[in-house]
Amino acid sequence: MPRYQKLAIVDPAELRFGIAPNPLTTRHGMTIGGGIVYPELNFTLPPMFVDKTTISKAQDHYRQIIGGALQRAVELEAPGLVVEFETLPPMTENPEWGIDIAKILLEAMEKANTQHGLKSVLRMTPNDTREMERPPAMRSGMLWEKMLETFEGSAAAGAELLSIESVGGKEVHDDALLTGDIASVIFGLCVMGTRDMRFLWSQLDKIAKQYGVHCAGDTACGFGNTAMVLAEQKMIPRVFAAVVRAISAVRTLVGYECGCVGPGKDCGYENIIMKAITGFPMAMEGKTSACAHLSPLGNIAAAACDTWSNESVQNIKLLGGMAPTVYLEQLVYDCRIMNQALGDGRDAALLYRKWLVNSDAGLDPQAFVLTPESSIAIAQSIVQAPDDYTAGKQAALTAIELLRQGHRNGLVRISEMELPWLDTMREAVEDLPADEGQFICQMMGTLETEKFCAKDYEL
Amino acid sequence: MSELQELTAAVEKGNRKEAIRLTNLLIEAGMPPMDIVETGLVPAMSNVGEKFKNNEIFVPEMLIAARAMKEAMAIIQPLLTAAGIKPKYTAIIGTVQGDLHDIGKNLVAMMLKGANFNVIDIGTNVPPEKFVAAAKEHEAQLVGLSALLTTTMPAMKTTVEAFRTAGLNTVKIMIGGAPITQEFADEIGADGYSPDAASAVDLANKMVAA
Repeated sequence: MPRYQKLAIVDPAELRFGIAPNPLTTRHGMTIGGGIVYPELNFTLPPMFVDKTTISKAQDHYRQIIGGALQRAVELEAPGLVVEFETLPPMTENPEWGIDIAKILLEAMEKANTQHGLKSVLRMTPNDTREMERPPAMRSGMLWEKMLETFEGSAAAGAELLSIESVGGKEVHDDALLTGDIASVIFGLCVMGTRDMRFLWSQLDKIAKQYGVHCAGDTACGFGNTAMVLAEQKMIPRVFAAVVRAISAVRTLVGYECGCVGPGKDCGYENIIMKAITGFPMAMEGKTSACAHLSPLGNIAAAACDTWSNESVQNIKLLGGMAPTVYLEQLVYDCRIMNQALGDGRDAALLYRKWLVNSDAGLDPQAFVLTPESSIAIAQSIVQAPDDYTAGKQAALTAIELLRQGHRNGLVRISEMELPWLDTMREAVEDLPADEGQFICQMMGTLETEKFCAKDYEL
Repeated sequence: MSELQELTAAVEKGNRKEAIRLTNLLIEAGMPPMDIVETGLVPAMSNVGEKFKNNEIFVPEMLIAARAMKEAMAIIQPLLTAAGIKPKYTAIIGTVQGDLHDIGKNLVAMMLKGANFNVIDIGTNVPPEKFVAAAKEHEAQLVGLSALLTTTMPAMKTTVEAFRTAGLNTVKIMIGGAPITQEFADEIGADGYSPDAASAVDLANKMVAA
């Protein structure tokens, strides 16, 4: 699998919403990244058990969700719609449950296309159940097989985009976040994570090719977003979370090396870096995903999006209607304004992007490392590296330097309490060995190795 | 500053070498081991917890302090065991069935240990009967249930019901996690709810003292 050695987008002005150098056209004729930003709706069940006694009730929820969302999309004249179905663990453990729900969604989407001309596409995101065993068996066993079965069955049913929030490396990374240990972060993301991504996405690529569908993309949600949420809760420094985000791009990129073509998975806030490297369209989420989690990236996340998502919302009643319908409406309006800016020409789009970026970038280091300029700098450091480990170190050092300079120049606010972390992180990264083999030996002597199956990571 | 105060300061700063040296010194000087714990180590972690609650430090700094305390406890624990002294309270903690998230649970466990609870962490995806069995085996006074998913909140209810069905009515149950609220705790009959790890220790102390 070839590594990316150069960027698809080198000019920050070209890294903007709605336009990707390598757009993706779906069966219904939506061209994602071809000049229109599409809404991408995700949803989940209200609090309820999912088992064989309740699965028909769960199906009713999904019927209600998709019916309401499609109707509203038609009423608001949405240019198209990406529907994401992210399974719950019982629906991956029992693939027929997940596949049946995918069929329910697809049937409704086809009907809306036939009756109203609404274009739509289904993104199928089986959740990564491998972590349900501790230590997780990453490459074999019933959980692995059922997960692949869910992918295969839903691809066969017509789900055109395959995604996952994979968890390889999380066994080490969670502790690394809490201990503020940047070496373990790099080990979790760029040694374990990238190895798992290569294995996983090579398998998914075979399924996609077999059924004529697309590997869309993965996300470092369990890594970068865990860091982001911990930083929001003031548990870890925001600068640490910002650097984790930069490193996480190395892991997410492997999906594209293995055949992904976008749109990248919505919760990967590192996707702007992916777009710079790969040129593929990206899903993003921000202010309209506050229903699922808070973030300091509400506006800036839209700067280079090609689909705009709400991450997830429960099917509960709000004053305006059922929550997924309400969120579909919000997404449509968010997209309308981006599409209006695109329609008004390059300068208008760049002006709107400037507002999206500048309204967030100075307030939080996590936003600052995701400006188009910062993203391209981080992307450049990744593609220049000869391997994942070196790329992780370089991404970290680039992000640290961007933050240092940004703070010095008054471009980003970093609290006094956090400033020493920039030095601590830089020194920790600079102290790491040049050679990956040496790094692995060093880390395997310090990590709690009983938490993961070393052979599943080729270690 | 007395050596005991120095020990407290060393743990607060996460200075493991100093914590070990001062613990040994205090033991050699004849200080009862439990006094070292209660008047040297627990106040250190209490101060650290307070600083964390006030947003003066981050979790990594708190963990460094916890590790220093752990090193000191490694010296003291054999002496306590030999003397037949146990921590006053035992807590069972885990993430409920169907849920794999454990960061919040781990933080609460760490902070309870800092408050000198005997903490038995039974992991993630824990079925109700395992919580009950662990509480019985370890004669726990407190059980902590964690959940991050809305779809695993019902598992908290079945776990609370399992305790009541088993007749373990004196065991206090506290719950927490992103989707959890006080209203939900009341609804399922849990004894307490903590919105974050930092508040969990205060709640735990109140619950076991009640």
